Amino acid sequence: MRYYCLGLAFLFTATLAQAAGMGEADAWHLLARTGFAPSPAELSTYARLSRSAAVDQLLAQSTQQAVTPVPAELAAYSPPPRLQDVSEAEKKQLQRQQAQYGMQLRAWWMQEMVATPSPLTEHMTLFWHNHFVSSMEKVKSPALMLTQNQLLRRDALGNFGDMLHAVAKDPAMIIYLDNLQNRKAQPNENFAREVMELFTLGIGNYTEQDVREAARAFTGWSLDRDTGTFLDRPFQHDNGVKTILGQTGNFNGDDVLDILLQQPATAEFITQKLWRDLISANPDPAEVKRFAATFRNQHYEIRPLLRAMLLSDAFWAPRHRGNLVKSPVELLVGSVRQLSIHQLDPRVLALTSRQLEQDLFAPPNVKGWPGNDNWINSTTLLNRKQFLDKLTRGADMPVPEQYMMQPPTPQQRLARLTDRSMNRIDYAPDNWIGTLATHPQEQYRHAERLLLASTPSEPVASGLPPADYVRTLLLDPVYQLK
Amino acid sequence: MLRRDFLKALGCVPLICTAPDLAIAASPTGQYQNLLILIEFKGGNDGLNMAIPYADDAYYALRPRIAIPRDQVVQLDERTGLHPALQTMLPLWQAGELAVVQGIGYPDPNMSHFRAIEIWDTASASNEYLQQGWLSRTFAQFPPPQSYIAEGVSIGSADLGPLAGGARAIILNNADQFSRQAKLADDALIRSGNAALAHILKVENDIQHAASHLSGHYTFTTEFPKTTFGNAIHTASEIIANQSGVAVVRISLNGFDTHTNQQPTQARLLKEFADGVVALKAALTELNRWDSSLLMTYSEFGRRPQDNAGNGTDHGTTAPHFIIGGKVKGGLYGKPPALQQLENGNLTYGVDFRSLYSTIHEKWWRLPASSIPGGHFSNLNIIRT
Repeated sequence: MRYYCLGLAFLFTATLAQAAGMGEADAWHLLARTGFAPSPAELSTYARLSRSAAVDQLLAQSTQQAVTPVPAELAAYSPPPRLQDVSEAEKKQLQRQQAQYGMQLRAWWMQEMVATPSPLTEHMTLFWHNHFVSSMEKVKSPALMLTQNQLLRRDALGNFGDMLHAVAKDPAMIIYLDNLQNRKAQPNENFAREVMELFTLGIGNYTEQDVREAARAFTGWSLDRDTGTFLDRPFQHDNGVKTILGQTGNFNGDDVLDILLQQPATAEFITQKLWRDLISANPDPAEVKRFAATFRNQHYEIRPLLRAMLLSDAFWAPRHRGNLVKSPVELLVGSVRQLSIHQLDPRVLALTSRQLEQDLFAPPNVKGWPGNDNWINSTTLLNRKQFLDKLTRGADMPVPEQYMMQPPTPQQRLARLTDRSMNRIDYAPDNWIGTLATHPQEQYRHAERLLLASTPSEPVASGLPPADYVRTLLLDPVYQLK
Repeated sequence: MLRRDFLKALGCVPLICTAPDLAIAASPTGQYQNLLILIEFKGGNDGLNMAIPYADDAYYALRPRIAIPRDQVVQLDERTGLHPALQTMLPLWQAGELAVVQGIGYPDPNMSHFRAIEIWDTASASNEYLQQGWLSRTFAQFPPPQSYIAEGVSIGSADLGPLAGGARAIILNNADQFSRQAKLADDALIRSGNAALAHILKVENDIQHAASHLSGHYTFTTEFPKTTFGNAIHTASEIIANQSGVAVVRISLNGFDTHTNQQPTQARLLKEFADGVVALKAALTELNRWDSSLLMTYSEFGRRPQDNAGNGTDHGTTAPHFIIGGKVKGGLYGKPPALQQLENGNLTYGVDFRSLYSTIHEKWWRLPASSIPGGHFSNLNIIRT
């Protein structure tokens, strides 16, 4: 029997790292956890920096806006048609258009993640999308989902309190958690419950009575359907006295959010979730409390919290390396970035991500994707491997017709069938591996270091041609880890 | 060394950590020839509009917007009836193969979707946190035969629910596709203290095992509905047709979180469910498995008796669930909804959900109910022997 030890992989870096820098193993860990597995250029750039210089650079380079232009038809809000007023044929047409716009929206974000100069920004935007969940499945309007995405990107590294207040009045959230129907006569409890359970305090830190009282405070918050903007309807607001988490007063929704932000549990809940995202599946309670106290004292500024976590001993501990599962988005976007695959249609990435159970803009429920080990089940693991296998074989990955804005002409359809190069992935392993180093031996070592969080679970047979070598690494279970 | 053995040595897989009863483990009994089919209503199904107390004026008083009019209720007896979307299930009731167990819940109910379903999946008390699904615990103690393609198959859900935390279980949406892809799962041998990697390797191992036995096609004469649930029923039927066996099939149906505009949504879902169950009965009858199959529905909680201003309902407590099968003693069981005696606006429960699990253990699989934590729960007399 052979024994392999994770972590041995990192020994080689000592000899390769620049004198002052943290080295490639550290750079790989930092980049994979804060964005996507690194490209060759990113790896060598960051390897030369010290840990703190690298973290500061990542934080400093974060952005607030996407670099990928938004398709005009997505950005334009149009009020939902009354379904009783449209014919069956029109309904079908609307559904078709909705599916296309939905796919365009997902593809837009995928493209942004592939192209972004700041993977950290996209990583955190996705983190908040999975925290302040809304779903296209219920919201229906791509424009409103896009607005929420822009909000989350703007505040991704800003202030959590500001983001919470903004999200509570965000049109997509109003629709998703049924605040549209929240009237004083009979409050709808959905938003009040989830804001406490999932956005701030966490379960166990509030009572059913708190949910009912908070729901009263949120009454009146609604949406102007014609413009798709937040609407406060004072005549639907319950002006009575409420008692929430021990505080009594004639509270409105903003007051409740401030009460939630005062609770230490809120800072701890967010910090714990970030720990699971950045460090390991099992947060250290004492450390979480320490980070959370700072977070709350610094008025919920996200950047200093991230800096502290990314420079902590726990983040760099060898036992925490390669111990998290890549999300589908990380796997797909990361592979495309790492292997420098340029022409893959972002709609294919979006559809594959859906197949891998991370459908962007449509998490399964308000708790979001549970993540880590939950990404891997018998179906998703096989689908992951199938995608990676196709990628290295230069297989066809066409966009299904129902997601095309214009149906293809018969000539185009014929061309798609006969000219196989049309949909083919442009990956050429020989060229790619050749860019990594001059000597063939070095090329293989570089590829392994770049692609895997640690040594492969089984040693790769020697003498494989480049394409087989790369495929073996991609299909190794360790490739699923970050 | 088989991967399963080294995982055992590592203690990564709780299933194997629980000391098995070796006598039973060595010679699996035939009890798992009795198949359990779980049907999960995700989101908290409004049970009051599924099994309807149509003779109770309080029902109409509490639900001015969403009550089912009396003349549309599919009457089962003089006070209880089914949602009209369940009409196609009436023959099951008439054949005495549908048991409606009312008032199912547990003490100190939790109204978070996520915590509540965790309680159901692990069979824990409200304040008890367990990692292992209730079926995983059972299978650890009383393993189904190794020759089975898997101990459990889950369809329509990304998680394993009651099969989480150790059972040899796979998530499957299309058996053919699964078999085709399975060759990409390699069978690497590795020793590692890395829990994420150990999980991936266990999944690969389960895939390998299932794929190596998942072959052969059965052509049904049954027509399956062209719905998501109908497809799931079709996949389930194909798995069951496979001679290699499986102990549990779990099928999840999404969309029951109806805070607003509940009526059309619930009606659509219940119709999908009813049509699916009718097809499933036909398929199981074809396979000569109807008498050895038990279907049980469940949901994380019921909903509030009083409707809200958005024509929907907020999270509540107890609900009725259906038990269906060739060996089921049909009828009404449990505690009818006491709408005059609400507690804080919610129904009180009469049957602990763990009683259902206990019944499955003792009456269906003929196992001791020792894997159900929290003491012994009384069985329901709903299975013919």
